[in-house]
Amino acid sequence: MKITREEVQRVAALARLQFSPEEEEVLTGQLDKILQYVEKLNQLDTTGVEPRAHAVDVVNVFREDRVSPSPPLEELLANVPEQEGCFFRVPKIIEQ
Amino acid sequence: MDLAELSAGDLIPLIETREISCREVMESVLCKIESCESVVQAYILVRPRKVLIAEAEAVDKRRKKGDPIGPLAGLPIAIKDNICTKGIKTTCASRILEKFVPPYNATVVDRILDADGIIIGKTNLDEFAMGSSTENSAFRITRNPHNPDRVPGGTSGGSAAAIGAHETILAVGSDTGGSIRQPASFCGVVGVKPTYGRVSRYGLIAYGSSLDQIGALTKNVHDAALLLGVLAGRDAQDSTCLSEPVPDFLEAEKSIRRMRVGVPQEYFAEGLDPGVRACVENAIDVFRQGGHQIVPVSLPHTEYAVPAYYICACAEASSNLARYDGMKYGLRIGGKDLAETYIKTRAEGFGPEVKRRIILGTYALSAGYYDAYYLKAMKTRALIAGDFEAAFDKCEVLVHPVAPSPAFKVGEKIDDPLAMYLGDIYSVIANLVGFPAISVPCGKTSDGLPVGLQIGAKPMDELTMFHAAFWLEAALANNGSGGATRS
Repeated sequence: MKITREEVQRVAALARLQFSPEEEEVLTGQLDKILQYVEKLNQLDTTGVEPRAHAVDVVNVFREDRVSPSPPLEELLANVPEQEGCFFRVPKIIEQ
Repeated sequence: MDLAELSAGDLIPLIETREISCREVMESVLCKIESCESVVQAYILVRPRKVLIAEAEAVDKRRKKGDPIGPLAGLPIAIKDNICTKGIKTTCASRILEKFVPPYNATVVDRILDADGIIIGKTNLDEFAMGSSTENSAFRITRNPHNPDRVPGGTSGGSAAAIGAHETILAVGSDTGGSIRQPASFCGVVGVKPTYGRVSRYGLIAYGSSLDQIGALTKNVHDAALLLGVLAGRDAQDSTCLSEPVPDFLEAEKSIRRMRVGVPQEYFAEGLDPGVRACVENAIDVFRQGGHQIVPVSLPHTEYAVPAYYICACAEASSNLARYDGMKYGLRIGGKDLAETYIKTRAEGFGPEVKRRIILGTYALSAGYYDAYYLKAMKTRALIAGDFEAAFDKCEVLVHPVAPSPAFKVGEKIDDPLAMYLGDIYSVIANLVGFPAISVPCGKTSDGLPVGLQIGAKPMDELTMFHAAFWLEAALANNGSGGATRS
């Protein structure tokens, strides 16, 4: 086994996901198969190889620190699930 | 003459000489949609007929007045539904964005509108661009126009099918691991992914940010060069977008030059469908007979590309999809507290493939596993890039099958995620390394299923890639083995 149901639950919690027991069973089996396949990477000797996170060489891009107008608030809030005035209304974040 | 069946390259001169109007083209395409869509299901949304006709007539009017008209000439363009269109629902084929209406246009959309393209609708995709068949859409299954029992490929299956069925003249898609090229191959159309950074990703809903690129799906190479030219170029809104000037890709049609055509030996191993092999080997033969030099090359890290890709892509996806939490936009399913709201929203809103990839990615990045998986994959990526640099010393273009099989049957692979992933073996490398690649139709299998040849070139060298593509398309048409609509 490359991955257990408990690990799937742990990772699901990190990713803010949850599964029914049946889904969990199927998912664990699928992930196990995938991880076994991915194991192949360990055959490769990568000592001394610099990791490459970018497709092509990139450098950071800067612009002038100039204020420019933002789109109107109503446009930006148009997709809000719950709104109160000009605020996003969300569940309580900080417990007393 | 059915205007919907013509290419942009055919239509534009007729429009410019007023033999036909943009309105007539739009009518013809809408007619095609009416007759095909119930089977093909390429679109998630087609804009209202009245609006589309009015927009087409507006371009006709401006042209009549003598106003300058942009290079897209008032032609209909279909946009993959992971690209933001202001005021037009953009869903990523996901329940979590089912009602989302972007308050802004993606940069590519603004460029299309500035070039006088008319957005006809939003095309179907695998949810959040994760998949290889368009079967992972939360809303509908798109069918291959050549055979309705078969998938159109993915994730830009809707755009590819719309082009293949003549339900649009031009289409835009995105490609993270082959998602433009593979559906292009399956549907017998042209699909091009540019060098990473050629086209702005601003407004492309992110899946794997170091891999994603927007590109074109079209009826022939000319239209792909035309459309890509409109989309490409620096954009202050996307800091990964290159500032290098964009050459005129259409120039590639004119140059005549013999090339060294590299053929990677590892891509012709067992597991390659015999029908695909026959079409691809025929195309290579056509290059050879045309005086180009065929150079066998080796890409020794080929077998590590799919695992490296899936680790990178899923890791990046797990981060990119963290934003779908029900707080500011999209679906919200309330729970007893904040944590439960997050969990219920995401559990309800995401489909199984998306969840699978988020879990895989989160796992690969989590403490204790980061080095073994993510870091290892990044190092593998560097080695794979090294293979390509070495190969491009010996050749100007690299050619090989886009996919190991033609379009498979709907339902055939959907329960076996790993089998689905393995179909990406030839296509993911262009995203890992960032080089430009195009799929050009090169024939059909004995079952009548289209096959595409991938032509890749060095990063930034789209001109050479297009040159080879133009040349091959013309040569295949001359010897009767091609598949694209001629311009």
